[in-house]
Amino acid sequence: MLHYTLSRLASAVPTLFVVIAMAFFLTRAAPGGPFDEERRLPAEIEARLEAAYHLDEPVWQQFGRYLGGIARGDFGPSFRYQDIDVSELIAQGLPVSLTLGSLALLTALLLGGLTGTFAAIYRNGWLDRALMGLALVGLSIPNFVVAPVLVLLFAVTLRWLPAGDLAGPASWVLPVIALALPQVAYIARLIRAELLDVLASPYVRAARAQGLTTRTIVLRHAVWPAALPLVSYLGPAAAALLTGAVVVEQIFGLPGLGRFFVQGAINRDYTVVLGIVILYSTLVIALNLLVDLLYGWLDPRVRYR
Amino acid sequence: MAVGRATNRWALRVPLVLIALLTIAVIVGPWLSPHDHETLDTANALQPPSLATGHWFGTDDLGRDLFTRVMIGGRISLTVGVIATLVSIVIGVIWGATAGYLGGRVDHLMMRVVDVLYAIPFMFFVILLMVVFGRHFLLIFVAIGAINWLDMARIVRGQTISIRQREFVAAAELTGVAAATIIRRHIVPNLAGVVVVYATLTMPQVILIESFLSFLGLGVQEPLTSWGTLVHQGAQVMELAPWVLLLPAGFLALALYAFNFLGDGLRDALEQRYAR
Repeated sequence: MLHYTLSRLASAVPTLFVVIAMAFFLTRAAPGGPFDEERRLPAEIEARLEAAYHLDEPVWQQFGRYLGGIARGDFGPSFRYQDIDVSELIAQGLPVSLTLGSLALLTALLLGGLTGTFAAIYRNGWLDRALMGLALVGLSIPNFVVAPVLVLLFAVTLRWLPAGDLAGPASWVLPVIALALPQVAYIARLIRAELLDVLASPYVRAARAQGLTTRTIVLRHAVWPAALPLVSYLGPAAAALLTGAVVVEQIFGLPGLGRFFVQGAINRDYTVVLGIVILYSTLVIALNLLVDLLYGWLDPRVRYR
Repeated sequence: MAVGRATNRWALRVPLVLIALLTIAVIVGPWLSPHDHETLDTANALQPPSLATGHWFGTDDLGRDLFTRVMIGGRISLTVGVIATLVSIVIGVIWGATAGYLGGRVDHLMMRVVDVLYAIPFMFFVILLMVVFGRHFLLIFVAIGAINWLDMARIVRGQTISIRQREFVAAAELTGVAAATIIRRHIVPNLAGVVVVYATLTMPQVILIESFLSFLGLGVQEPLTSWGTLVHQGAQVMELAPWVLLLPAGFLALALYAFNFLGDGLRDALEQRYAR
């Protein structure tokens, strides 16, 4: 396990470095400086601005400074808003985004797991066909279509739930569902396929031959091995949820990191965009690492490949 | 397996017909419509769909004809889909076939690169690219395709490794044909089946990325439009005129559904062929 852990770490750390370097040099390769406006600034002011943001140093030195800053949790100042550090934006937005993301992940696992299990038990029956048909539809409707439609239906027409502004737990319901739905569909399909594989295996036939009920077989013996591949899906799921959260926050007006990201992107606020890209990549890479380790622990065969 | 074959046939026919209809509608639609997609007519803003006025899908908040806009937007969305998919095929096939054919250390290194890139949340990098290089139309195609080739490379590599074992490759090697020529002449043509299947699965992903960017205002810019842009504009006025949201959203979902459905069906068919 130690060897496995080290080898996973040895692949995650360079990945992280590559990501940071790629993101950093991309923003530095941008045509035009961050202070180019329609009105050109006087040369002296521009020189002072560049000195203040260390843009007059060689790129390598800037990169070193940036890396050092990140290590201390400092992502530098925003290029657009005075007196605001990217770290402050992150401290404000991250809790909202993480809450939204984890609630959606829980919902997706629960709903998707249940749907997939039912579909597998009644395979090729009408319930299975209906659920899987729905799942394919769910997979094809992106977050940014689900979200406004949910608002239209439940907030505007039926007035059951609030949309926008964080006021109490009820205001989380629609954003979480909008974010979770495509993942529910994906997880349902995944679980159904895995469960069908497991249900066809000899040990399940043995359990059936012993006269165990379908319920016991599925709940006791089949569900957990079938859920194992779900663990490795957690990495991509996290990436998809973070991406989806960007639009969901935008639509529901949640003060999350995704909104700062989009505003930063539209204003061409390089440091904000760079900081958030790096933060999200780090999160995803860390989560993938965690998932790999978890998988290696749950399924020892993986360690000896 | 008679049942399996029968469902399979439908699993391919239904989405194929859908895709064909969508493509024809998107090409022919703007010519049939009595209105164009740009003319502003604020006096007739947010009109509901009606046959009498010729605004078959109604009008948007600036009085532009929604039917024509949805069709024009569809042209852009589907074009982005096709071109970005082609870019991803080219990169993925070259990368995967080279790694798979050469094998050994080169293969190991090339696949490590794919693994590393896999761990990155790509949408954020595409947005970073948009921020850095401006929202250039061509860039959207290339950026999306350049980022979506990883699955293709993995699949192609696996397939190449099995093709490499075949006699005709050995024959070519023995007669002294160069590696690059073998890949081009003997490997790549035999990859067609797999590539077509995974290209079908890439299409909806790519269309989704484009509409996602356009929805955020980072993709296609006015006066051009795409389904993502239209959904965004519809969401602004949905309380007054829900059809401005629902119609483009429906077309986008229908297209994604058809491609997902087709890709699923083709993949099942391919897997069955290899299983036999």
